[in-house]
Amino acid sequence: MARLRNILPQSCHPLTPLVRFPNLDTEERLLTQQANITADLYVTCIIDQLYPEVGVSVVNVLRRLGVAVGFPKDQTCCGQPVYNTGFNNEARTLANRVLEQFRDSEYVVVPSGSCAATLRIFYLELFADDPQLIEEAKALAAKTYEFSEFLVDILKVEGASVCGAIHKGSAVYHPSCHLMRELGVKSQPQKLLSSVPGLEEKEMEGAEICCGFGGTFSVKFPHISEGMVGDKIANVQASGAETLVSCDMSCLMNMGGALNRQGSNIKIRHLAQILDAESE
Amino acid sequence: MPEIKTQDFSAASVAAIADPKLRRALDRVASGFEVARLARVADATPEVWDAWRQEAREIKAHTIEHLDHYLDLLHTTVTAAGGHLHFAKDAGQANEIVAHIARTRNVKVATKSKSMVSEELALNPVLESMGVEVWETDLGEYIIQLAEETPSHLVAPALHKSKEDVAELFTEKLGIPYDEDIYHMATTAREVLRDKFMEADLGISGANFVVAETGTLVIITNEGNGRLCTSAPRIHIGITGMEKVIPSMQDLSIFLRLLPQSATGQRITSYVSMTTGPRRSDDEDGPEEFHLILVDNGRSKMLADPALREALYCIRCGACLNICPVYARIGGHAYGWVYPGPIGAVVSPMLVGLKQAKELPQASSLCGACREVCPIKIDIPRMLLDLRKKTAESPDPSVRSAPVIERASARLYARLMCGPRLLRLAVRFGRVLQKVERAIPFFSFMTKDGKWIRNAPLPPLSRWTRARDLPILPKKTFHELWEKGLSRDDS
Repeated sequence: MARLRNILPQSCHPLTPLVRFPNLDTEERLLTQQANITADLYVTCIIDQLYPEVGVSVVNVLRRLGVAVGFPKDQTCCGQPVYNTGFNNEARTLANRVLEQFRDSEYVVVPSGSCAATLRIFYLELFADDPQLIEEAKALAAKTYEFSEFLVDILKVEGASVCGAIHKGSAVYHPSCHLMRELGVKSQPQKLLSSVPGLEEKEMEGAEICCGFGGTFSVKFPHISEGMVGDKIANVQASGAETLVSCDMSCLMNMGGALNRQGSNIKIRHLAQILDAESE
Repeated sequence: MPEIKTQDFSAASVAAIADPKLRRALDRVASGFEVARLARVADATPEVWDAWRQEAREIKAHTIEHLDHYLDLLHTTVTAAGGHLHFAKDAGQANEIVAHIARTRNVKVATKSKSMVSEELALNPVLESMGVEVWETDLGEYIIQLAEETPSHLVAPALHKSKEDVAELFTEKLGIPYDEDIYHMATTAREVLRDKFMEADLGISGANFVVAETGTLVIITNEGNGRLCTSAPRIHIGITGMEKVIPSMQDLSIFLRLLPQSATGQRITSYVSMTTGPRRSDDEDGPEEFHLILVDNGRSKMLADPALREALYCIRCGACLNICPVYARIGGHAYGWVYPGPIGAVVSPMLVGLKQAKELPQASSLCGACREVCPIKIDIPRMLLDLRKKTAESPDPSVRSAPVIERASARLYARLMCGPRLLRLAVRFGRVLQKVERAIPFFSFMTKDGKWIRNAPLPPLSRWTRARDLPILPKKTFHELWEKGLSRDDS
């Protein structure tokens, strides 16, 4: 890996349009076979239903890094919306399906901090009193990773260029709450984003303040949620970035919906889409 | 107890958001506190800060787990120092104890230093109805007493008021010329209150901590008013929640650092006043009588509930309010009772009853910022979730939130998500609806380009599209893309 990284020095940024996929494919594929990592994708219902292109980018990036990607079919929602509203019985029903579908996975990769936190943390609480299922929940928790975390902590990706990433323009990063405060994933997405060749990273005020989505909170208390997202996108706009990047499509749907309503043409992108240059 | 308005949360929060003056006040003060707090974290270094929090949490957890022991010990030490320890089961009992002391000792004037518990008890009206003059002497409390309002923040009770508001209030209530110079206004208040300190027969204080080992009441203030309340009048009554006890003086040290640094970002407050019993024979001053009233008023319910017990670790620093993006929009009064913000959304339902305060735990995006700043690492988001669970699962239909509709939607949602075939059918139906709408915009719920839903006709989506657009359903789901070729790894 170190040698590969040396092939791709920072200084080749201006040339990047010519080397979209800098000859890494063959070498990376060698790594694939060596690494022999298989990971099952828990795509999340929001990506499945509303943003399938994000799921495609996740698959592309993982494959480019040599991961054999599996996708247990008929996966749906992790149960977070019902868990968050206190309907734990309904949440357990949905959680049970996830436990079952991913029982044999080596790794479970989740392109969402919020859903990954549900699988990894909230399930332990949901099944705390069930001696059998708690063991299954623990097993699932031990192999579940959020997408950026999986790249940096498991695949040991040091920079975005090995993913074949390239970007023209500026971007600002929104660290989503569950990713940052439940999973403690802070540096990994930053590391990936700031090493994307050609990407100009912008800073925004109040980056760590919640965007106001909060699941059912956004429709139960729309007036408060709207106020929060209003503040948030004002900061996004003030950052001067052309693209808003995050690791959670739910937050991006919230901020993107508010930006669009205000006629802004700031784009929303999942980190995986930025890393998957092909998608742009 | 003061009037409970927690049930009006929705309407009150709508009104609060529409109030630009409130927003300015909230922006000014709360964010200033947070900036100062962050500076203290940096001074300590984040690692040391975290170690302090952990230590404080362990002390609190230990004390609450052994509360019976420490309350017994406190009883011994307060009595040994010549004071009286009272235990009040509820607000009525606590107020009666104070009223009894005031009546039998012929109290005419009482001065008070800041006490959230006395707000919780609504003590002032009880004393006033007996003909006792009650003077709040903390500047913020004095302002809201004059304005006949309630505190909107745990440590900055008049946070919602601008200096212009206060100048107008002083003109109206004290009959002085309008002057919005803060120093002048503080001087005016000081002059009024100075006389009252001299006149008072009774001083009432809260307690930030009560040290079991020595029977010592500890209050921290910035104005010195606390010290005057506890030492000048002939009787001192301290009133606080039973959870404020800590084992020893040694344990106090960490809290004297964490509380002010988390609250206002001060390294230490201007005054730290410790009172142990009444004046001794060789003391130059101090009260002749010392009473400490420990209040339960619903706290034992929290103690009995393992999921909510840690709410009793709270030292009322207000850091969770200062960081909370919900509090930042709606302020303290919308929460409808004495304790606002994230910790209030946990404490209020426990003290006034979930039935009346069931909306409070729902009014959070569960972002977790409160837990991150809490000096005791109280897991507020988990407790909000627990209260949501208690609301959803309550056997009492009047506690369950929107019983029929919400429960039915949760069930329907789970049903839909458990049956992938049903889900696919629903998605197909949605796509057809989109196509029809695009061809004949009967409901006109889409944008002209057909890429976004702008005016969803029905809740909950219509509540989303008040200020936000919603992406339309794409041509294919990820499942369909996977089946249609993505599953083949031909990269």
